[in-house]
Amino acid sequence: MFDIFHYSFVVHGLEAGIVIALTAPLIGTFLVLRRYSLIADTLAHVSLSGIALGLLLNLSPILTALGVTVVASLGIERLRATKRVYGESALALFLSGSLAFATILLSIGKGFNTNLFNYLFGSIVTVTQGDVYIIIALAIIVAVILALFYKELIYSTFDEESARVSGIPVRLINAVLILLAALTIALSIPIIGVLLIAALIVVPVVTALQLRKSFAATMAYAEGFSLFSVLAGMFISFYANLSTGGTIVLVMLAVFLVVLALKRNTVVNR
Amino acid sequence: MHQVDHSENIITTDHVSFAYGDRLILDDISLAIHRGDYLGIVGENGSGKTTLIKIILGLQKPTSGTVKLFGKDISVFKEWHRIGYVPQKATSIDANFPATVEEVVLMGRFARRGIFHNITDEDKERVREALTNVDMWQHHDRLIGDLSGGQQQRVFIARALAGEPEIIFLDEPTVGIEHEIKRDFYALLRKLNDELDLTVVLVTHDIDSMTEEAMHIACVDKTLYFHDSVNDYLKGTHGAHHEHTK
Repeated sequence: MFDIFHYSFVVHGLEAGIVIALTAPLIGTFLVLRRYSLIADTLAHVSLSGIALGLLLNLSPILTALGVTVVASLGIERLRATKRVYGESALALFLSGSLAFATILLSIGKGFNTNLFNYLFGSIVTVTQGDVYIIIALAIIVAVILALFYKELIYSTFDEESARVSGIPVRLINAVLILLAALTIALSIPIIGVLLIAALIVVPVVTALQLRKSFAATMAYAEGFSLFSVLAGMFISFYANLSTGGTIVLVMLAVFLVVLALKRNTVVNR
Repeated sequence: MHQVDHSENIITTDHVSFAYGDRLILDDISLAIHRGDYLGIVGENGSGKTTLIKIILGLQKPTSGTVKLFGKDISVFKEWHRIGYVPQKATSIDANFPATVEEVVLMGRFARRGIFHNITDEDKERVREALTNVDMWQHHDRLIGDLSGGQQQRVFIARALAGEPEIIFLDEPTVGIEHEIKRDFYALLRKLNDELDLTVVLVTHDIDSMTEEAMHIACVDKTLYFHDSVNDYLKGTHGAHHEHTK
């Protein structure tokens, strides 16, 4: 029945998918609550120029994407902190700038169109054993950093001013968060694709927020919704021969709508 | 009544001024807060009283002058857990934030723990104590956004108390709170000041309540008119202790 497991690339894809599904909402919870959702989208677009660079230079696209995204994330945070430009304007600059850079790189190396499609929209086929190791390593780094700064992240997300008064280095914490977002995006690229990563980071969290639970429970629910959507999306995409990233995101949105409808009913009945 | 040494200066500002560009907000403010005091910093909107508090708390840098916290210059001060802060409610909280009352108050322990240190059972016990002190423990598992304004205010006081501070600053705590609840709120502050020997500094435009509640009143209107006792203030000696000429 589960002939899906006979293909080694599928197994790699599933392994990577599970790791990504569990990592993205951890960072997403903080990004969404800080109104930083668009940062995820911007960094995802930035990562595209990293991928183009990797494809052009014949390096691992995940690693080049990682490098470019990390540098850009620190640049964005710097630009926001100096307040020389508005926060969203900083994002617009990086989003369009890196997309322009990516198209230039892509026009230089003309021969990698099919590969590129996989990075744009995600595919379990592109995931190699090496990718799985990189993804797991990055996920461990994200989880460890998150565990170290968890308290400070919560406090500065909830009430930045009071967090500063209590001696928390809020600027450092902001930089750590955006750096973690960059790592998460780089590790999510192979499965979900550049254009859809933001959904993976944002949608399960927004769904979990509808339940109105404690912080810890919200994070746990977001993990659950994410894992379910990624696994269901991967199975459906495999059997129906659909784009992996697109299917996962549509499953996520479907879950969101179901939760929204259920909550709405309970609110009305109250 | 008090066994505390009120002569001990725990916080001082020395000739502090603050300006936005050309606009002078605070002019040459020298203020001393003594241990065990209950100080009301009063002033109209735009008088600069909130800016003064933000400077004392390190949220804003003065244009000139110095601030000392527990004898140390603010630039080298590290023991922030000794200071509790209750921000202006309306501006600081997202009603949809997924955090229970207990989770919010636990944040007050973070300054004591420092980065890389996990929360312990002791922290949880202090959270329980703080919530009991403000009579909110029965609501510990409710979402912060589901509480009324007055209840949220108590939770924020509990958060400040959970860090076991020696002084607590409250910025306009009674804005948007009903009269009845306001009375309970002031009773709570008096209890904290009396029973826990907590130094209380309250920034408010509610001058009437302060004349009943506070031991000292500092009137801010760009400059400072300090009144050693509330009686001085009531006698209408507005500016009597103010040595600077406008």
